[in-house]
Amino acid sequence: MDNGLKLNLGGREFDSRLIVGTGKFASTEIMIEAIKASGAELVTVALRRFNRERPSDDLLAPLAKLGITLVPNTSGARNAAEAVRAAMLGRELSGSPFVKVEIHPNPHHLMPDPIETYEASRALVKEGFIVLPYMPADPVLAKRLEDAGCAAVMPLGSAIGTGHGLSTAEMVKLIIADSGIPVIVDAGLRSPSEAAAAMEMGCSAVLVNSAIAAAGNPSAMASAFSMAVKAGYAARQAGLMSRSDVAVATSPLTAFLAVS
Amino acid sequence: MAIFMTIIVNGTEHELDNPGTLGHLLKSLEIVPERVAIMVNDRIIPRAGRNEAVLKAGDRIEILTFIGGG
Repeated sequence: MDNGLKLNLGGREFDSRLIVGTGKFASTEIMIEAIKASGAELVTVALRRFNRERPSDDLLAPLAKLGITLVPNTSGARNAAEAVRAAMLGRELSGSPFVKVEIHPNPHHLMPDPIETYEASRALVKEGFIVLPYMPADPVLAKRLEDAGCAAVMPLGSAIGTGHGLSTAEMVKLIIADSGIPVIVDAGLRSPSEAAAAMEMGCSAVLVNSAIAAAGNPSAMASAFSMAVKAGYAARQAGLMSRSDVAVATSPLTAFLAVS
Repeated sequence: MAIFMTIIVNGTEHELDNPGTLGHLLKSLEIVPERVAIMVNDRIIPRAGRNEAVLKAGDRIEILTFIGGG
């Protein structure tokens, strides 16, 4: 449910409905240009051990200059306890109240663990975080996460990094129909048209990373996603026409051309 | 007391002056303190007063930064 003009997450308001991930970019410069082009106000980041050989991997300083809000994720966590620890470290470092709960123990498909995701989300809500859980597209779990106090639910469109698009469309529709909090499709989107479709369906935002980072021109693709998200949201607000099983003429079917 | 002590930094053994603090360690690694989060023996060390935290031989220190992620 989301009828406002701004995206509201945990009482914070955002104009942009495109959230961007920072993984897989060829360079920090390309990433920064893509974020600017996307218009995103929320950007996800991951925690890793400091690497003395690669100090340029550190994104905190370049991202701080953009004036955006960081959403540290808990990737690498295999269970709720590890995710809670990652979230605490992320908050310590970013100063941001947001956390993307991300627990996917199987590297083959990276499907989120629903039980650990739920437990971590519940614990982090109690710790005062604005919790955005990456989750399987399961309407029952979505409702449970909403009841636990999450600020949004983030069902996957398809497996992370696959670009298989909105393969969970029917489930996402069920989640939206029941949800009292924003629904954000996260993972699997490849093209701006899929982002627009998600927004037309009633999603409040989409989270895109690989589709931008792995594009031929990331900055141009970020801009294309930005336009698509705006178009999809505007279309949803405008109200799509009803479908009909039979043709309905748009031109008058008069008989004056009939040759007798 | 030994002049040096061995601590574990991000999973690797590391020699540090004894006595030593987190501030000494960060300086020796040329790390900007504001850019990292730190755990010592699985406990998160808050930024305030962090540099003065005294380390002892065998401490396991995790130094973490933000990198790209979705």
